[in-house]
Amino acid sequence: MEAQVLQFIQPLAGPLWGWVEPVWPLLWTLLKIVAILAPVVAAVAYLPYFERKVIAYMHVRIGPNRVGPFGLLQPIADALKLMFKEVIVPTKASKALYILGPIMGLAPALIAWAVIPFDTGLVLANIDAGVLYLLAISSIGVYGIIISGWASNSKYAFIGAMRATAQMVSYEISMGMALIVVLMVSNSLNLSAIVMAQGKGTFANMGLGLLSWNWLPLLPMFMVYLISGVAETNRAPFDVVEGESEIVAGHMIEYSGMAFALFFLAEYANMILISAMVSIFFLGGWLSPVGFLPDSVWWLIAKISVILFLFLWFRATFPRYRYDQIMRLGWKVFLPLCFLWIVVVGVWMMSPLNIWK
Amino acid sequence: MEFKTFVFYLLATIMVLAALRVITARNPVHAALSLVLAFFNAAGIWLLLHAEFLAIALIMIYVGAVMVLFLFVVMMLDINIDRLRQGFWHYLPVGGLVGLLMVGEMSVVLGGNYFGLESIAPPDIPGGFSNTKMLGRLLFTDYVYPFELASIVLLVGIIAAVMLTLRSRKDTKAMHPSDQLKVQRKDRIRIVSMPVEKKEGGE
Amino acid sequence: MGAMKDFVKSLFLTELLKGMTVTGRYFFARKITVQYPEEKTPQGFRFRGLHALRRYPNGEERCISCKLCEAVCPAMAITIEGAAREDGSRRTTRYDIDLTKCIFCGFCEEACPVDAIVETRVFEYHGEKRGDLYYTKQMLLANGDRYEAQIAADRALDAKYR
Repeated sequence: MEAQVLQFIQPLAGPLWGWVEPVWPLLWTLLKIVAILAPVVAAVAYLPYFERKVIAYMHVRIGPNRVGPFGLLQPIADALKLMFKEVIVPTKASKALYILGPIMGLAPALIAWAVIPFDTGLVLANIDAGVLYLLAISSIGVYGIIISGWASNSKYAFIGAMRATAQMVSYEISMGMALIVVLMVSNSLNLSAIVMAQGKGTFANMGLGLLSWNWLPLLPMFMVYLISGVAETNRAPFDVVEGESEIVAGHMIEYSGMAFALFFLAEYANMILISAMVSIFFLGGWLSPVGFLPDSVWWLIAKISVILFLFLWFRATFPRYRYDQIMRLGWKVFLPLCFLWIVVVGVWMMSPLNIWK
Repeated sequence: MEFKTFVFYLLATIMVLAALRVITARNPVHAALSLVLAFFNAAGIWLLLHAEFLAIALIMIYVGAVMVLFLFVVMMLDINIDRLRQGFWHYLPVGGLVGLLMVGEMSVVLGGNYFGLESIAPPDIPGGFSNTKMLGRLLFTDYVYPFELASIVLLVGIIAAVMLTLRSRKDTKAMHPSDQLKVQRKDRIRIVSMPVEKKEGGE
Repeated sequence: MGAMKDFVKSLFLTELLKGMTVTGRYFFARKITVQYPEEKTPQGFRFRGLHALRRYPNGEERCISCKLCEAVCPAMAITIEGAAREDGSRRTTRYDIDLTKCIFCGFCEEACPVDAIVETRVFEYHGEKRGDLYYTKQMLLANGDRYEAQIAADRALDAKYR
């Protein structure tokens, strides 16, 4: 693709090309980053709108429908409102950290997209340790919350941050353990290789790719990963972090205007990222579910959308978990289940019934 | 100057500054966060050395888990920094000695060429070489026994820690979620069918 | 056996899936939202909205400054001062309702022996300053004059229940 773009740009730049050439690799990478992040940010902006619509529909309401046709301009109106609001820094807050908090929250959710493959070879950084990179980046996400909770100098924010930290650190472990099983069967840490490994097998040869993806043979791990993903993003029913009924908004309570909006964006960016990860690890990434349709990036987008819809569906359905039950679920249910399944899959792979050759 | 060298010096400078902040910051939380920054830059330097597994593991384990728990503790304690600074001069000789020792050792290691020690040439790295894969292969072939031994030691540590904190007091009324989840409707309510009661003595 | 059944139930998240089918079904249900400015819900004749002071058909104001409404008002939103008029009858010199305090319970209406203070069906009013919602006697009488036809019709409908 780079060659085609170069063909187009070189005559356009004309004599200026001599100036552009030394920085071209940098420029090209930047272009790729923009090409990835622009749709992600647009999706992040419109996800709250769809969330409001979906939840409203499940409540037998209509949802936003006043700003623009079908309320489609609602996110823009919200963004404008938040941008023009003053960011108030509380007295005795640690100012630098207070500003850093929301940024640290959003940045990891965007950085992680560097290793997400969209199609064969269509990835910003095709690194071998892609899964490790994702795990490392998602473990940084907790800093945005803990920093903002502490820097706000408010007990509600602090309690919220404590809850969030404990919850995210706990669920990261079961997510990582679920991924170990995926790594075992796909024999690689490279995300593209993991997707390609899902396109092989008896069912895939029969033209039923849908059944050869990891979600079916690793069904328990798929459930663990999906539910841990919901907990990791602090979404309902695991949103004790916000807990509007008791700690009013957790770590976000002292924030206003754009700083508050950043937390919101971070939450939705994380949701999209987790959905993308679920699609890649368990739902075959960009692979087509049936043999006669071609693989394409649209399949990945469709899978991400389905998982996102599940996120919203969960929120409309389930009441909030009690905090000790969240911890119990993470440590006493998911973690032992993961350990058990690692052994089961290990034995399975060594037995003659191995389906991942 | 090569671009790589520039990146190295940039990371190293930030790292040294962050490390200095760790010991000079008055607020323990700021000190801990500076340590996180130092870890990040160390990871960056390791990436420059093609040790991507070490770099990512550093971020995953130290930044993602250890420092979070550290911050957890530091944030919840109200540490009096002035009390900690008492006796600075008292401890200085011992601390200074340890510091000097470390500087000496590092200078021997880093200045290997100068001291005539045999310098190890960096191995040629073929394209498509995966540090992570090599590490994994070595750990599970040549070093499998030490590796398994280490994991058993850790497992014993985990079990010991759990056992130390796991105690069930008889006088608490704390509820167990698993028992609560098992409850069915028939355990709590009973639907009985009763005949209609007649009012006594008419209207 | 029961324990086994529970285990299988919780392993396959049966109850969660049941819950999701319920919300999933309602996703496609007909929406019952009333699009307010264009559509309105029907109002009963006992609707309690904006207050009004009424007059008799000959133009004489009904209120006799008995202060029962002031006494009964649970939010203490009503302030009344009364005095004798030149013809010797007792009338209010001041009758204020602070609508920011009012809870629209309708007790004033119930307490009034002469049907002077009433609550109309009007609920679409607003104030741009806080003071705008402090209604004085003149404003309340004006309300009464404006909505008299509706008020009288509503009283007539309610008469047989009183």
